[in-house]
Amino acid sequence: MTDQEDIFVEQDTGLAAEPEPPASGTFLDVRDLRVHFPTDDGVVKSVDGLSFQLDRGKTLGIVGESGSGKSVTSLSIMGLHKEGTAQISGEIMLNGTNLVGLGRESVRRLRGKNMAMIFQDPLSSMHPFYSVGNQIVEAYRIHHDVSKQVARKHAIDMLDRVGIPNPKSRVDDYPHQFSGGMRQRAMIAMALSCDPELLIADEPTTALDVTVQAQILDLIRDLQSEFNSAVIIITHDLGVVAELADDILVMYAGRAVEYGSADQIFTEPQHPYAWGLLGSMPRLDRERSERLLPIPGTPPSLINVPEGCAFHPRCAYGDLNEGKSETERPVLRDVGDGHHIACHLTAENRLRLWNDEIKPKL
Amino acid sequence: MIVYIIRRLIAAVLLLFVVTAVVFVIFFEVPRLGGQTADDLASRYVGKTAGPEQTHLAAERLGFTDPLYEQYGRFIKGVVAGQDFDTGTSVEHCPAPCLGYSFKTQNPVLPDLLDRLPVTLSLAAGAAVLWLLGGVATGVLSALKRGSIFDRGAMGVALAGVSLPIFFTGLLALSIFSYNLKWTPPGGTNPMDQDNPWDWAASLILPWITLAFLYAAQYARLTRAGMLETMGEDFIRTARAKGLRERTVVVKHGLRSALTPILTIFGLDLGLLLGGAILTETTFSLPGIGQYAVIALNNQDLPKVLGVTLVGAVFIILANLIVDLLYAVIDPRVRAA
Repeated sequence: MTDQEDIFVEQDTGLAAEPEPPASGTFLDVRDLRVHFPTDDGVVKSVDGLSFQLDRGKTLGIVGESGSGKSVTSLSIMGLHKEGTAQISGEIMLNGTNLVGLGRESVRRLRGKNMAMIFQDPLSSMHPFYSVGNQIVEAYRIHHDVSKQVARKHAIDMLDRVGIPNPKSRVDDYPHQFSGGMRQRAMIAMALSCDPELLIADEPTTALDVTVQAQILDLIRDLQSEFNSAVIIITHDLGVVAELADDILVMYAGRAVEYGSADQIFTEPQHPYAWGLLGSMPRLDRERSERLLPIPGTPPSLINVPEGCAFHPRCAYGDLNEGKSETERPVLRDVGDGHHIACHLTAENRLRLWNDEIKPKL
Repeated sequence: MIVYIIRRLIAAVLLLFVVTAVVFVIFFEVPRLGGQTADDLASRYVGKTAGPEQTHLAAERLGFTDPLYEQYGRFIKGVVAGQDFDTGTSVEHCPAPCLGYSFKTQNPVLPDLLDRLPVTLSLAAGAAVLWLLGGVATGVLSALKRGSIFDRGAMGVALAGVSLPIFFTGLLALSIFSYNLKWTPPGGTNPMDQDNPWDWAASLILPWITLAFLYAAQYARLTRAGMLETMGEDFIRTARAKGLRERTVVVKHGLRSALTPILTIFGLDLGLLLGGAILTETTFSLPGIGQYAVIALNNQDLPKVLGVTLVGAVFIILANLIVDLLYAVIDPRVRAA
């Protein structure tokens, strides 16, 4: 993709009004990403016009329910969608290179070295027939022309760094001989073995028990500062992003509905969907007698996304907009200090609802 | 790992006892339940002119009047230490391991089987190599190019291969390649000659291909299904995420997992074939164990049939043992179990 096209697309997206148009120096710049899967029942629009930026050393949290397009986004950055099944358009600029439309072989060379991924279930994500060390050695030797002995030493180092006791003997163990937390540590060691600039963690703690979750999150944070990598954390658990993220992107039905700093999203969220997510999160500082506030309904079908605002069938405040929610799709727009939301509610309404109805219940 | 091997070995030996006992019951007790007396059994071993008294004498001499466990005990003792058979006119010694003595042809069964084993072995081994390579390769390609013309074509041919019996494909192949084109000899086999192995191979090439076609068809379908499942696993996604070449992903990560169930079936199939490829050997007039079994059955020569059955059972148990041990080599999770 040439620079000219780059500029052209930048002007064409609805983000032209953004206060600080990201310079070409932005490490990861996703613009108007669309990932569509044609099926017999119709086109599944898993991601439909998503844009975000991420710098090295920073962490972005992508939050949303199942089927909101979080994982599809990460897989398209990694180039892991099966050729022919997914139609990907838009731009994924990694260090100035557009990954969309880049040849398969070129993307493969970037995988592991420039961008790496941690998956949700470390047991099924590691090959059961190869030892943990063997799998790390394999990941390292793809991108480094070193002997097996050197790679093995590196694997032991990595296992040591992610806090696996006795790495010299554990390196020859198989995944089924590790505990759940240890497996996820090994998975992280494997992902970081080539010192990637971008690390994508797709629900890294979902399969782990709570005590281990915190350890894994600490580990990711420590390693991030050590390697100065850019990290994308994908989760439906707001607790996880509260721990780690600098920026948060809230996704609904394949689009961003709210995007801002973690501070903005946690202290003054503006989108009713984000309110719903916060309300459904259990908190230690809340009275136990109070019920959680679930979001009514289920995520929409991605083949027939509701007209207008995709969230309106589940939104408690849609009727405040004189029918606009049902007919007009809200555009993601800046509401101050880089805080973006896609909602038809007026600023006064949002402020009033947040202060009077939502905040007291959280 | 050593514990695992010992456990499998013990299990295999126990299984052998069970199998011989079951075979023994089928051959000697089931006819009795069906109304046949010891004398009826013995009548197969005496000449056509023998009267009832002579037949009864023969039954006693052969031990058919003894309780079944005594007969089984004698048989096991024969396997371990050898056995003497009183044919009435002389006493024939059947050296250990004695799998029985044929009164019809007046010789122990085992040497016959050992004579015929090389033919069956060459047939089974050659065909196994062909069907394993052909079947697995076809299956993998079909899975990777799912829905393509190659996939549809290969699976169509495989369906035909599974459905068509050996005596059809075999005779068709014989008529085309032996009788019309005269490329190969029309049946029979040459011994594996050191000087001219080509003669040996030429006489077996049609049986190999015919037999392999049947099995390759099954293996292609199994491999395809296994690969389709494996390539959707999470660890395949991980392998790709590491930046591995697609070929490495398919072979090292995908095929290795998909092959484990294939291995199980391969062990069973090969063991079964070593006990005699009855249809193939008959179709191509190969003097192997299968053909021996057919001749013995036609002559109602019970000791020979019993011998073939036992040898077949031994091969299946051995093949299973080897597969179990290989499993532990392939899948580390098995070693712990």
